[in-house]
This record gives sequence, structure tokens and C-alpha cells, in this order.
Amino acid sequence: MLDPEILARVQFAFTMAFHIIFPSLTIGLASYLLVLEGLWLRTKDDTYLSLYKFWVKIFALAFGMGVVSGIVMSYQFGTNWGPFSEFSGPVIGPLMAYEVLTAFFLEAGFLGIMLFGLNRVGPRLHVVATGMVAVGTVISAFWILSANSWMQTPTGHILQDGRLMVESWWDVVFNPSFPYRLVHMVLAAYLTTAFTVGAVGAWHLLRNRDNGAARVMFSMAMWMAAIVAPIQIIAGDFHGLNTLEHQPAKVAAMEGHFETRTGAPLILFGLPDMAAGETKYALEIPKLGSLILTHDWNGEVVGLNDFPPEDRPNATIVFWSFRIMVGIGFLMALLGAASLFARWRKSLYSCAWLHRFALLMGPSGFIAILAGWTTTEVGRQPWVIYGIMRTADAGSPVAPMAIAGSLAAFVVVYTVVFGAGTGFILKAMAKDPRHAHAPHGEVTRTGSRPVADQTR
Amino acid sequence: MDYQLIWGLLIAFSVFAYVTLDGFDLGIGILFPFEPGAENRGKMMNAVAPIWDGNETWLVLGGGGLYAAFPQAYSLLMTAFYIPVITMLLALVFRGVAFEFRFKSTKHQKHWDFAFSTGSLIAAAMQGAMLGAFIEGIDVENGAFVGGPFDWVSPFSIFCASAVVVGYALLGAGWLIMKIEGPLQDHLRTLTKPAILWMTVNLGVVSLMTSYVNPAYAERWFSFPNIIYLAPIPILTTGLLVWLWRAAQHRERTIFGITLAIFFLCYLGFGITLYPNIVPPTIDFRSAAAPDNSLAFMLVGAAIMLPIIIGYTAYAYYVFRGKIDDEGYH
Repeated sequence: MLDPEILARVQFAFTMAFHIIFPSLTIGLASYLLVLEGLWLRTKDDTYLSLYKFWVKIFALAFGMGVVSGIVMSYQFGTNWGPFSEFSGPVIGPLMAYEVLTAFFLEAGFLGIMLFGLNRVGPRLHVVATGMVAVGTVISAFWILSANSWMQTPTGHILQDGRLMVESWWDVVFNPSFPYRLVHMVLAAYLTTAFTVGAVGAWHLLRNRDNGAARVMFSMAMWMAAIVAPIQIIAGDFHGLNTLEHQPAKVAAMEGHFETRTGAPLILFGLPDMAAGETKYALEIPKLGSLILTHDWNGEVVGLNDFPPEDRPNATIVFWSFRIMVGIGFLMALLGAASLFARWRKSLYSCAWLHRFALLMGPSGFIAILAGWTTTEVGRQPWVIYGIMRTADAGSPVAPMAIAGSLAAFVVVYTVVFGAGTGFILKAMAKDPRHAHAPHGEVTRTGSRPVADQTR
Repeated sequence: MDYQLIWGLLIAFSVFAYVTLDGFDLGIGILFPFEPGAENRGKMMNAVAPIWDGNETWLVLGGGGLYAAFPQAYSLLMTAFYIPVITMLLALVFRGVAFEFRFKSTKHQKHWDFAFSTGSLIAAAMQGAMLGAFIEGIDVENGAFVGGPFDWVSPFSIFCASAVVVGYALLGAGWLIMKIEGPLQDHLRTLTKPAILWMTVNLGVVSLMTSYVNPAYAERWFSFPNIIYLAPIPILTTGLLVWLWRAAQHRERTIFGITLAIFFLCYLGFGITLYPNIVPPTIDFRSAAAPDNSLAFMLVGAAIMLPIIIGYTAYAYYVFRGKIDDEGYH
């Protein structure tokens, strides 16, 4: 039989996973475009303008897909999670309203000018428009991560006759996991962009190592990788410690720890078996688990078996999604370090294996983000609002067939639409950035358009 | 302060802003089948390309605001309108990406044109059907939706869907007549007259049927002395339809303006019919509202941000004012 709760969860996970891919790219890309346009205005070096034109087309495609898949999310709370919406509305609703009021309108209002308006407003106002869009993407991340964090670590509310009331808005917005999650996610978005840009640069360098525009984007991306990837590992560690404090069951699942013990090992790999209550075939390093989690060789680490069975998240999924994310994080730092080495050897633009490595790492940010979100969201289960509302009580009273049908429709439509969109993005990435024409034929300094562009 | 009433009005304002602003965007898609040329279609799309995203954001404010301010209404309406809401969202996905994809695709441009026009048509039709089903009312027992997944389909909701589709088409035509010159403008003018006729018939049917849907609605409009106070609304609407008919042939801006005014009067009419219910026929907006401190917290943001939003939105419209130039945006 079709379980409506599972169907609704799969639908949410599917639509969310597709959606998050686009903002992950556009948050970083908007800031990157701002930097490029700023550099162009300061240095008057047209390479930066070419790069701006090149990436703004990709930005427009990704942003459009982010918008349409995001609107789906804002209504899906109600269609599939009605009881959750009714219950959480007084607390989370205002955070989302603030997101719309302070971020969505800002992005949408200035996007048109950013994409089509250079000739109409001139370069000064145009860079302001780019800046507004970039700021908007970060403000949007602020509010939505605050809302998500509140579902993970709810504070600032009281329960009155079964209804949620807010006691302190400050405590709601700045709930305990929010600062960590915000830093971790915004860095992740910047890294995702850096590795995307790096891969595109690497691809063009592999074809022609003298491609000036490809050199500039590759170099910029590798600086980001070398600096931000290590910072992200540290930020992730802090986020993990915060999770240990507030959601110990999630950390136990991430680590594959079933039995509570002191001096717990770090389980590198294994197969957590929920039914048996143990991690099978575990490959362990003694005591390291305690050291990482408690910063003490003999610290006590709580295992999943200490929690009632109905309160345990699925360790099989969380254990592995966490390892995928962490593994990619270390690979990112490795590429950053390798680029520093190549830079020191003065072979950054000629080192083919480095370019191949960077090319392979192109999608790594997206995979890490999906794995990370799987870890934190599946790790929150069986709660939708941690400790307050169970996911099982959150679903709408909709016929299972309606959910199954809409899920099928989402899968078909998203595959077609976002498959085509990804194809357009890849096509745009493959064009030589030195010959990037104005976005939709508008961004040129003189205001005249190349003849070839008249035909689009 | 009466936060519940203020938020009721703010959400009504957002929905109206959405209906009129995205209305003309969707209307352009609805008109696509009548303008087969690739070049003309490019012009039509470019007439809204820089602003459509901002227009659609009002839909998010309407939905997000309803979730925040009237969580019970949001939950009940979304559950009751499960199929039309999701159909509308998927249609908007096709419509939205077509703005970018159409100009990136040479081989499949026709397909993305089809996605744009069909997406616009279905989104508009679903909005109209939901409006109709909303007026007819929703089966609620003990605070939970107890109806079926197809309760929203009825002759009345189909008439409402038709009215919204043709209304949006008229808004779209009005916008394009302002933004475009030459033979395309002339051809768009020839489309307005049948649309006006269709809309007039539709509005008449919907108005009359509304009285039969629920006796309370008829009571609201036809009892004395309401009938005297409310009579100007249908009279004005009729006058505007006549004026629109005459303006269609030669005016440039008036067509869009009059259509907007007709939308406003119809919207006002629905408001008068339904007040104070937010989930007809039984749940009024006060009982569905979030606690006052949630409403107050949001009102601070809305009071500061809405004037700013309206300011820069107006600026964006100002930047792209006038006739679209030949070079196009893409």
C-alpha cells in the first residue's frame, strides 16, 4: 500500500533537492558577478567584462529555474503538510514573509535591470543592480536558514493550548543552530560556485592554455578553493559540535554509534544496521571518535541505543550521506592545496592533471550540498520540528493517489524542464569566454552590438 | 491596532497585485496561439521579460503571507485545492523557464513557445477555477478538510476559469498595445473585441450564478439598503465595458487602464460577497488568524519594506518604459 507520509516526504525531498541546486549556484554566482563587474569598472580590463557576459547568461538560466522551483516549495507546505503549516505558521510564517519582503522582491526587481538594462541605466547604476541581486540572494539564505534551523533547534516559543506562540523573536530567529548553519551553507554556496567556475576554466584551459579569460576565472576559482575549503572544514566541525549539543541522536547516527561508551572509536566505514542496533563491518580508529566529538580521548559518546526506538533517525542513510559530504570537503581542500603548489611552481595554467582534477570536481559542490542536507534533514527525523512535532503528525489529509500522482508529475516535469535547462547551461559553459557576447545582446560598453548577435 | 484586519487587507492587496501584474504576463502567453510568427512572439515576450519575475513574486507574498498571518486558512485551502494548486505550479514552471529557454533554443523554439502558451493558459485556468471553488465554499469539519480531491470542479468554477483566462488575455493585449507598434499592434486590436464580448457574457453569468451558489451572497447584494450602496459596482463595470469596446479600436493606453479598473471592480465585488470569510462558507478571517504578536512582528517588516518594494518596482518599470526597441532584450 502507498503510505501517504512516505510519499509526501519523497515529494518534498525530490522537489527540494532539485530546487536547492539552483540557489546553491546563484548565491555564489551573484557575488562573483558583482566582483567581476567591479573589477571591470576599476581596471577597465575587458577580460572581466567578457567573463561577466559569459557568466551572467548562466546565472540567468539558473536563477530562472531557481525561481520556478522555489515557488513550488512555498505552496507545498500547505498542500502536503497542512497540519504542520497550521501549527508552525505563527513562528515560521513570519520568517518566510520577511524573506519575501526583504529578499525575493529585491532580487526580482533588480534582476531585469541586471540582465537587460545596462544601456538604459549606464554602468554605475548597473553595478548597483548587480549588487542588489547579490545582497538579495544572501538575505534570502539568512531567513530560510533561520526558519530551517528553528525546526532543528526550536527556541523562543511557548505552547499554549496546543498552539505555538512566540515569546522572543530574537530567540526564534537566532536559535542555537542558526549561526552555524548559515555560515556553513553560505560557504557551501560560494564553494559550489568556485568549483563550477574552476571546472569551466579548467575545461577551456585543457583546450587552449593561452585562453586569457579562462586563466582569469580558473585562477580566481582556485584562490577560493585554497582559502574557503579549509575554512569550511573548520566551520563544519563547529556545526557538528553544535549538533552534538542540541541533537545528539543525529550525531550518533552520523557516526554510526549505537552503544554509548567512553573512548569511542571513529568509525570510518561500515554498514549501520537499524534493526540489529549495530554498525556491521566497521572499520574503526580507536578513541578518535571521542577526541573529535568531545575533544577528549576518553570522552563519553552517546549511542543511538540510548534513545527510544521511535526517536531514532535512520543511521544507514545519515552515516553515508555524512561521509560523502566530508569526503568531498577534504577533496576540495586537496584541490585548493594542489593549486597553491602549482601556482608556486608557476604551472597553474599548464598543469594538465590539475585541470583534469578541477574538471572532475566541477559538480562536487552540488553533491556535497545534497549530501549535507540529507544528513541534517534525515537526521532530524522522526521529528519535523525537533522534539515538538512528529513528521507522522504533519501530513495533509490528502488521498494517497493524489500525492502519488503529483509526485509522478513532478518527476516527469522536473526531468524534462531542468534536464533541458542543464543542457542549455552546459552549452553556454562550452562557449569560448573570450567571445562571450553581451547577455541578450545588451551589455556592451559602447552600446553598439556586434552584428553576429543580431541573429541571437 | 486591529492586526487581523490589517493583514487581511494586506493579503488581499498582494493577491490583487499578483492577479493584475502576472495577469498581463500570463495573458501574453494566452495570446500566443493567435500570433504564430516567431519574430512577433519574441517581441511579445520581450515586452515583459525584464519585469515578469517581480510580478510573480506577489504570488509568493500572497501564499507566504497567508501561511504566516492565517495559517489555518492556508492549510485548509492548499489541502482542498491540492490538484489545481500543483497543476498551476507545474504550469508556472513551464511558463517561467520558457522566458530563458525560448531564446537559447533554435531547434526546439516551437516547443518552448508551446510550453509558454500552454503553461500560461493552464495557470490562468487553475487560478480561475480555484476562485470559483473558493466562492462556492469548502467542506470543513472540526477544522479539517473533509471533501474530495475533485470538489473544485463544477460548472461555476469552469465559468470562473473561463472569465479569468479571457480577462488575463485582455490585460495582456492591453499591455502589448502600449508596448508595441505597427502591424502586430493592429492585429492585437482585432483580438480585443471578441475578448471583450466573451468577458462581458462571462462576467454576467458568474455574477448571476454567485447569487445561486449561496443564499447569503444574494442577501448581501440584493437586500435593502445594500442594493442601493452596491448598485454602482455593476453599473460602473457595465459602463467600463462599453468604454473599453469603443477604446479598443484606436486608443493605446486606455485599453490597459480600463481593463485594470474592471479587474478592480470585480475583485471588490468578490470581497463584498465573501467578507468576512477567509475559508467560505464558515471560517472568518479572525478565527483563522495567527496570534497578534506574530502579526505585529510581520507588520513592522511590511510597513518598512512595502513602500520600498513599490518604489524600486516602479523604478524598474520606469527603466523599461516606452515602446520596446527593435533590438529586443535578448
